[in-house]
Amino acid sequence: MKKKQSRIGIFVCKCGGNIGDVVDVNAVLEVIKNWEGVTVAKQHTYLCSKPAQEMIMDAIKKNKLDRVVVASCTPRMHLATFQSVLERAGLNPYMLEFVNIREQCSWSHGPHSSEEATRKAIMLIRGGYERSMELEALETISEKGSREILIVGAGIAGITAALQLGYLGFKVHVVEKKPSIGGNMAKLTKVFPTLDCAQCILTPRMAEVGRNPNVNLLTYAEVEVVSGRPGNFNVKIFMKPRGVDVDKCRSCSVCAKVCPVTVPDKFNEGLSERKAAYIEFPQAVPSAYVIDFNACTKCGKCEQICPSKAINLEDKGKTVDLNVGAILMATGYELYDARKLENYGYGTYKDVITMMDLERLTSASGPTSGYVKRADGSNVGRISIVLCAGSRDKNHIPYCSRICCMYALKQAFVLKKMLGIDVHVYYTDIRATGKGYEELYWRDQEAGVVFVRGKVAEVWKSRNGKLVVLAEDTFTGNVTEEEFDLVALATPMVPPSGLKELAEKMKLSLGEDGFVQEKHPKLDPVDSLIAGTFACGCALSPKDVRDTVSDALAAAAKASLFLKGECITTSPEKAYVIEELCDGCGICIQTCSSNAITMQDGKAKINPFMCTGCAACIPACPKEAVEFKNSTTKQMIAHLKGVLSDKEPEEVRIVAFVEKNVGYTGMDFLGLDRINYPENIVIVPVPSTAILDLKHLLYAFAFGADGILIIEGQQEIDKLTKKRMIEMAPLLAEYGIKTMRVRYSYVPLPVYKKAADLFTRFTERIEKFGPLPIEKRDAIKQKI
Amino acid sequence: MNLAEKVRSISGEDVLSCYQCGLCSGSCPVRFAMDLSPTQVVRLVQVGNIEKIFESNTFWICSTCFSCYARCPRKINITKIMEALRQIRLRRDQDKIALSDIPKEELKILPPIALVSNFRKTTA
Ligand SMILES: Cc1cc2nc3c(=O)[nH]c(=O)nc-3n(C[C@H](O)[C@H](O)[C@H](O)COP(=O)(O)OP(=O)(O)OC[C@H]3O[C@@H](n4cnc5c(N)ncnc54)[C@H](O)[C@@H]3O)c2cc1C
Ligand code: SF4
Ligand code: SF4
Ligand code: SF4
Repeated sequence: MKKKQSRIGIFVCKCGGNIGDVVDVNAVLEVIKNWEGVTVAKQHTYLCSKPAQEMIMDAIKKNKLDRVVVASCTPRMHLATFQSVLERAGLNPYMLEFVNIREQCSWSHGPHSSEEATRKAIMLIRGGYERSMELEALETISEKGSREILIVGAGIAGITAALQLGYLGFKVHVVEKKPSIGGNMAKLTKVFPTLDCAQCILTPRMAEVGRNPNVNLLTYAEVEVVSGRPGNFNVKIFMKPRGVDVDKCRSCSVCAKVCPVTVPDKFNEGLSERKAAYIEFPQAVPSAYVIDFNACTKCGKCEQICPSKAINLEDKGKTVDLNVGAILMATGYELYDARKLENYGYGTYKDVITMMDLERLTSASGPTSGYVKRADGSNVGRISIVLCAGSRDKNHIPYCSRICCMYALKQAFVLKKMLGIDVHVYYTDIRATGKGYEELYWRDQEAGVVFVRGKVAEVWKSRNGKLVVLAEDTFTGNVTEEEFDLVALATPMVPPSGLKELAEKMKLSLGEDGFVQEKHPKLDPVDSLIAGTFACGCALSPKDVRDTVSDALAAAAKASLFLKGECITTSPEKAYVIEELCDGCGICIQTCSSNAITMQDGKAKINPFMCTGCAACIPACPKEAVEFKNSTTKQMIAHLKGVLSDKEPEEVRIVAFVEKNVGYTGMDFLGLDRINYPENIVIVPVPSTAILDLKHLLYAFAFGADGILIIEGQQEIDKLTKKRMIEMAPLLAEYGIKTMRVRYSYVPLPVYKKAADLFTRFTERIEKFGPLPIEKRDAIKQKI
Repeated sequence: MNLAEKVRSISGEDVLSCYQCGLCSGSCPVRFAMDLSPTQVVRLVQVGNIEKIFESNTFWICSTCFSCYARCPRKINITKIMEALRQIRLRRDQDKIALSDIPKEELKILPPIALVSNFRKTTA
């Protein structure tokens, strides 16, 4: 059913000799100009050049073209170029059909000109021509978004991002679960590699963020509910009962003085005590006290004495509702529970401590005012630092915590050089991979810090009260036992408690390690898998302050980019529901891992901002009510019809459905490498192989395919398609099609070369089977 | 199949993932009596120098207590590697302990269970 009014322009590129030397472009034009609806058929040596672009624009205007087919290089290179040509000529950019006759034809069937290559080019263009007749005009999707941003966590990551965004003019809400902002950095003594004082560089930033009129600090608070969608998230924050009015409190400390209750001070890692009315540390922001209601006996003394009348012991907390356009996760880390390392005796021996305890002991504002003491108050002459205490260990935490080596080098230097304490560092590998880091290692060695290469096997207390550390010195093969006054364990950073529950509320994906999963480990390091939600610092993985700050600046830039206009936009190439067909069964909702589908008035509705385009919902719908924009069933069928229309009865032809992003890039690389594969293979791009359903395979066979290959490059989709393939096999058998005629393969980018091999071997297999018998083809045709 | 492959195939252990941390040796209760440490044995299997291991007493001394395996951060079952080494050695030539070599007086006082388990481990 061709739309008779179609006025098509087809433009073929020679790409210098890249295409022209292999494909007889004039012969191609001779054929295609006769196709129905083709108003213009032209070629150019460089179609992407400015004169050629003008040629296309003129042709569109003069001939009133309503759609254009460009046959040239890969769309990865010039799709945007030609879309803009259409736009400038007054045509919707989605009325362009792009056919790749370089990577997928001249480069893989060259280098000499051949009739086969010319025929293949025509075959591919025919696919584009048929598909072009089903094209629809599409618009970028946009809606008005909130210009406010939520940051969860106020360590150095959250503080840095809040300041950036505040200065850019966004209203920023920062939710911090502790009474003060500052995070873990506030506890540190000095920071490597420069050994400057942590408090001195952190507290000015804390004060600055506290002053910034665009930043709304919500401390002692937690995210309770997140709903809505990117651009318009609705968030409910619970302000935990603090007992003290932050605005009234003048931090005079009389409440703490009169409070009769003492509990271990968590900020000092339990190494000292505090009152139930307390402030975490002197430079806390906001500068206000808190009542620890878990310990408070409600004696009322503080309430009576407070000169500002800031205390309310009946505080029940309150909720705050926010509407934000973007969310930044800056939830940081916690440390692995050292008690789980049973052979090291933490929790049994008081002088086995963690490296964070040591930070507090070496801090001038810490419980011992910076004097490193044993638990009984006696002096420390020898200390051992145990690296990889629980990290790089399948029994505990498999990953490397990345910065423990560095903070150990920092502490070792301070202890040895400044405090004159003998230090032994037990390590498995020293990882000092940053600017100035190796130099610190060097300074440690020169200062006389002893490095022993071996993972500590055991720590126990000898009769003389000293701690014995047992390890193999792997360089000599000798097992050594050394006595120390203090043993400090470098435990790995792990995701903070509560992150898992919060992620569930937000539908945010976490990685295997429990930290926030980034969209791409290299190219999108601060994007989460949800649009409009970003992450930075240790919320993503263990890292140091410098990398945390870089992350925070990046995430702030990404968030501001996301909200830069009045409206937020997304590509129209997403799944959508045809309302008339949907009966509201809700099956699609379960298939969508991005939670993009909701039920509204008995009909499924897909939010294009949340849809990632995996297409899993499409074959799941029993009513065939879900379709994909710019890859509709009609468009795909037309494409198949085109590439198979010239097939001779005795030849075999194989349709290769290739996923458009990663898989397709691999096919481009094959072309780039000039790796030859049989001309029988025709590549049909699909947004995701999960879109494929039995009907697509049947249409391909009906139109003339003798074999079908399905190639996916994305890991998350691989799982889906693998499952689909198993489900489809028996259905194909019902049509008398050998399952051996269909093959699925996962081809991530690094192994793209295997695809050429696959093409050759699969072609050989299908040639052995011969063309699909006509009776079977006819039988399929009748059923569809 | 060369010797190193044999060790890997009999033990079923992926020795290549060992990163030589030394935890096995530090955890081994009979390391003091061994001439090569368990860590060094694993290294020699990695590089394929099995003959050098055979010159040592380590795999005979191993008491099969599994302490090394319990703590190995890469979950390598070193005990099984030691067993594989003994197997190959026993199949190749002689028994480690011959009954006839043990003085009669000692045989009288040694607990039978110790003898039986020892022969299981060190004779073909
Ligand atoms: C012993 C030790 C020594 C170190 N020494 C150095 C050094 O010398 N130099 C250096 O560069 N780095 C050092 N580091 C690393 C440094 O601590 C981190 O790089 C830095 O603190 C990371 O900052 P962040 O903001 O990402 O995380 P964090 O500091 O952990 O901040 C996260 C914040 O989020 C809050 N939060 C978490 N979950 C929620 C939630 N659900 N809702 C609300 N709030 C939440 C937390 O309360 C916290 O305030 C050291 C680390 C350790 C363990
Ligand atoms: S950073 Fe160093 S101590 Fe920490 S896990 Fe990695 S190697 Fe071990
Ligand atoms: S295409 Fe994927 S992400 Fe989009 S709605 Fe369907 S299942 Fe969800
Ligand atoms: S404990 Fe495991 S990883 Fe460490 S040296 Fe021994 S075998 Fe290798």
